Amino acid sequence: MTTRIGVVTFPGTLDDRDALRAVRVAGAEPVPLWHRDKDLHQVDAVVLAGGFSYGDYLRAGAISRFSPVMETIIEQAKAGMPVLGICNGFQILTEAHLLPGAMLRNNHLHFICRDQKLRVENAQTSWTADYSAGQEISVPLKNMDGRYVADERTLDELEAEGRVAFRYLDGNPNGSLRDIAGITNAAGNVVGLMPHPEHAVEPLIGTGGTDGLGFFTSILKKLVTA
Amino acid sequence: MTLDTVKHATETPDVEQPWAELGLKEDEYARIREILGRRPTGAELAMYSVMWSEHCSYKSSKVHLKQFGEKTPENDAMLVGIGENAGVVDVGQGYAVTFKVESHNHPSYIEPYQGAATGVGGIVRDILAMGARPVAVVDPLRFGAADHPDTRRVLPGVVAGIGGYGNCLGLPNIGGEVVFDSCYQGNPLVNAGCIGVMKHEDIHLAKASGPGNKVILYGARTGGDGIGGVSVLASETFDDTKPTKRPAVQVGDPFQEKLLIECTLEIFKEKLVAGIQDLGGAGLSCATSELASAGSGGMRVELDTVPLRDATLSPEEILMSESQERMCAIVAPEYVDRFMEICEKWDVIATVIGEVTDGERLEIFWHGEQIVDVPPRTVAHEGPVYNRPYARPEWQDALQADDAGKLPRPASAEELRAQVLQLVAHPNQASKAWITDQYDRFVQGNTVLAQPEDAGMVRIDEESNLGVAMATDGNGRYAKLDPYTGAQLALAEAYRNVAASGARPLAISDCLNFGSPEDPAVMWQFAEATRGLADGCFQLGTPVTGGNVSLYNQTGEVAIHPTPVVAVLGVIDDVNRRTPIAFAEEGQLLYLLGDTREEFGGSAWSEVVHQHLGGLPPAVDLDREKLLGEILISASRDGMIDAAHDLSDGGLVQAVVESCLRGGKGARLVVPDGLDAFTFLFSESAGRAVVAVPRSEELRFTDMCGARGLPATRIGVVDGTEVEVQGSFSVPLEELRAAHEATIPGLLA
Repeated sequence: MTTRIGVVTFPGTLDDRDALRAVRVAGAEPVPLWHRDKDLHQVDAVVLAGGFSYGDYLRAGAISRFSPVMETIIEQAKAGMPVLGICNGFQILTEAHLLPGAMLRNNHLHFICRDQKLRVENAQTSWTADYSAGQEISVPLKNMDGRYVADERTLDELEAEGRVAFRYLDGNPNGSLRDIAGITNAAGNVVGLMPHPEHAVEPLIGTGGTDGLGFFTSILKKLVTA
Repeated sequence: MTLDTVKHATETPDVEQPWAELGLKEDEYARIREILGRRPTGAELAMYSVMWSEHCSYKSSKVHLKQFGEKTPENDAMLVGIGENAGVVDVGQGYAVTFKVESHNHPSYIEPYQGAATGVGGIVRDILAMGARPVAVVDPLRFGAADHPDTRRVLPGVVAGIGGYGNCLGLPNIGGEVVFDSCYQGNPLVNAGCIGVMKHEDIHLAKASGPGNKVILYGARTGGDGIGGVSVLASETFDDTKPTKRPAVQVGDPFQEKLLIECTLEIFKEKLVAGIQDLGGAGLSCATSELASAGSGGMRVELDTVPLRDATLSPEEILMSESQERMCAIVAPEYVDRFMEICEKWDVIATVIGEVTDGERLEIFWHGEQIVDVPPRTVAHEGPVYNRPYARPEWQDALQADDAGKLPRPASAEELRAQVLQLVAHPNQASKAWITDQYDRFVQGNTVLAQPEDAGMVRIDEESNLGVAMATDGNGRYAKLDPYTGAQLALAEAYRNVAASGARPLAISDCLNFGSPEDPAVMWQFAEATRGLADGCFQLGTPVTGGNVSLYNQTGEVAIHPTPVVAVLGVIDDVNRRTPIAFAEEGQLLYLLGDTREEFGGSAWSEVVHQHLGGLPPAVDLDREKLLGEILISASRDGMIDAAHDLSDGGLVQAVVESCLRGGKGARLVVPDGLDAFTFLFSESAGRAVVAVPRSEELRFTDMCGARGLPATRIGVVDGTEVEVQGSFSVPLEELRAAHEATIPGLLA
C-alpha cells in the first residue's frame, strides 16, 4: 500500500503545489486536501504548506485554524497523526495550539527571502529521523511574520525536553527567540518550522540543494515501517 | 441630482459638461458629439474621457508603434500579436507563453506601496486573461538619486508594495533592474512584467461574441478607488500647484487576486468562457467597450447590478472606477450555473451584469433608464490619433560632442584600483540583494535562475525540463545620448542576457517610458527610440508581441531620460543546461567574447568617477549580437562553458566582480595585447560576454568561436581569493564584497 500524504489548500495557500511535488519526489502519494472538507481521505500524514491563508487577515493563521479541515486535523494530530507545518502552516499550528508560542513580524519589518542555514537539533521526530542530531542543512527561508516568541518558561521547557527541532545558524533572520527556527510537540508527531524544506528537494531548483528532502523521506520511512 | 439619461441628453443639448476637467481637449469633445449626434450623457463622457486618455488610447504614440507591426520579422513562434491583453508565443511541446511589461509610474510616485502593488496586480490579470497560469514576475525600477531624501520615501514603499502583493500571490520574482538617476526624481519608473504559461488550445481572447451570451463581472466589489486614475494621473504632467491626487490611486488586495487566479484557471479548465477581459485602467468602461468592440459590437449592461463597496457611487463613477481584482467574462447561458459554482467554491463574488446582443451598440442601463448608447468601436478602438510634431532638440549636438573619451583616466595602478572599488560600490552597480531579498523567488518550485543572474529562468514542464527565461534591460543614459541606438542597446542587452543564461531569445515586450509628448524634443526621442527598436527587432528576428507606453514622465519642463525598457523572452529545451553567472570552479579559463573598443559615452565609469553624461553611446552591431547569442547557446547546450556573464554597464570589471562574488572564487586577469588596462576593465562596448571554460573544453570552445568568426580572447583564470589584474593591482574578494554589498542597505535600511 502506498503512503498517502495530504497537503491542505486554504484560500491563499501558495506552496501547496510545491509541497505536493516534494511528497511525490520523496516517493509517497500526494493527496490534495480542501479547507472546507472535513474528510482527510485516508491520508497517513498531513502537510500544512506556506502562503498567506485568508490573506493573513487578523493574524497569520488565525482564521485557517477554524476551517472545517482543521477540526479533523487537530483531532487526529492529538491522536498521533504526523503533521508538518511549514511557514504559514507553522503559524496555523501555533494558532491551533498544537504547538506552543507565536510568530510576530520580523524584527527588521521586511519580508525576507534567502537561503538559510539551520541546525537540526532533534532528529527523532516523525519528520526529522533521516537527519542526524547536530546536522547542518540549508533551505530557503521566506516570510514576513517569522519571529518566534514564547514566554521564558515555555522556552525553557522546550529546551529541556529537546523540543527545539531547528535553530538558525549564521545569523538570526528575524529576531526569533533563542534562534528557534522550528519546534516539535512532546510526542514528536507535530513539527512546525518557518523555513521551506519543500523548496529544497531538487538539485536544480531554488537554491540548488536537496537538504529539505529529508523531511519527506523521514515521514515516508516512519509510515512504511509502522 | 437627476440622472443624465440618453433621453435627457437629447433634450438638453446645451448643458455645460466638464470635458476639460476629465482631460479631454475641445476638439475631442466636439468629435464625441459628432459621433453620437448629440451631447454625451455624463456616463458616456466618463467612458470616452478615460478610453481616449493617453494611457488607454495611445493617441500620441500610435503612429510610431505601427512600425512594430509593419517591421515584424518572419517568426513562426508568434501565436497572438499586438492588440490583445498580451502577446503569445509558441515555445514548443504544445506550450504557449504569454508575457508583457507595463508601467505604473505615476501612481507609484503618489502612493508608492499601493501604486507598485497594483502595478503587479494589473499585469498579472492581463496574463491571466489570455488563459495562462502566471508563473513569474519581474520588476524593472528606476528612482531618483539614491541619496535623495524622497528616494527613501519612494523606494522602500515601492519594494514593499511589489513584495507585499507578489509574494502574497505566490509568483516568484525572478528578475528586473534597479537604477538610480536624478532624472527620475519626482518621476520614478515602476514597470512590472509577468510571464504566463498555457497549452495552445487554452488561449483566450478579449471578445464578446454570441448574442444571448451573458456578461459576468466577478472578483472584488467596485469601490470609489482609482476613479479617474487613468485620465487624470497617467496622462497629465505633475504640477506642484495642484492638490495631491492620492484618492485616484487604487488599493490592492492580493488575497482577492490569488482567489481570482485560481478561480479563473479552474473556469478555463472547464472551458466555460467565450471571451474574457481583466479590469484595469478605465475599469468597466474599458472592459465592456473593448469586449463589445472586438466582438460583433452589441452588448447590454444593467449597471445597477454591479456589486458595490460603496452604495453611494454614481453610475459615472462605477464606469470609471479602477477597483482592483475584477474580471469580466462572456459565458454561454448553459455554462452560467457551473461558472457560478466555481466562483462560489473560491469565495469569489460573481454577477451577471448583462448580455451580448445582436445589435451594434453598447447600451448601459441604470435602474431601467438608458445612460449609454454608443458604437463601442468609437470608444475602444477608434479614439483620436495625433501626429505630434517632433524635432531633434537643439542641445543634442552639443551633448554628443561632449566626448567621454576626453575625461581624465586613472594615471596609476592605485587610482585604477580605487576606481574599480568606487564603481562596484556605486548604487547603480552595487548589490541589490537588500531589495530583491524582499521578494519571494522560490514559490511554485520551478525557479532555476533568479536575480542577480543575467536572466530569470523557470521550468515549465517537470517531465521534459522545458523552461523559459526573461531579462529586462534599459539604459536611459545611452538613450539620452542617442535614442535610436539607446533603444537598440536595451534590446541587445536583454537579448544577450537571455542567451548568456543558455536560452534562445524568441520575442520581446517593451515598456516605453518618456516625458511629455507635447514637447517636440521628447516626441523626437520617442520616434527615434521606436524606430530603433522596430529596426532592431526585425534584424534580430524577435518580434514585439505587445507592451506599454508611459508618457508625461516629467515634472514641469524637465523630462526623464528617454527610457525604453525591453523584456526579451527566451526558451530553453532543458533547464539542466542553463548557464549561471558564478565563477565556481578554480582553474577554469576566462574568455572574453567580442571586440573591446574605447567606448565610454554614457558609461558607468563616466557617471561614477566624473558625473558626466556626453558623447555617443557604444556602437551597436546586431549581427554580432546574434552570433554571440548563438555561441553562448551552443556552448551551454554542449557543456562547453560553466558560467557566462554579459558585459554591459560597468564593463568587464563589473561582470568579473559579480561572477567572482557569486561563486566565491577569485580571478587572475591578464590585459590582452592591444588594450590598456583601463579600457579593458571599463569600456562598455556592446556585443560582449565573459565565459568560464573548463580546461577540457578549451579547444572545442575556441575552435567553435574561430569557425564562426567570433573573437574569443583568453583573459585569465578562476583562481584564489582576489581579483587580480596582472602587473597592475589586486583586490581581495572580501574587500570587493564589502564595497559591493554595503551601499544599498547603508542608504535605505
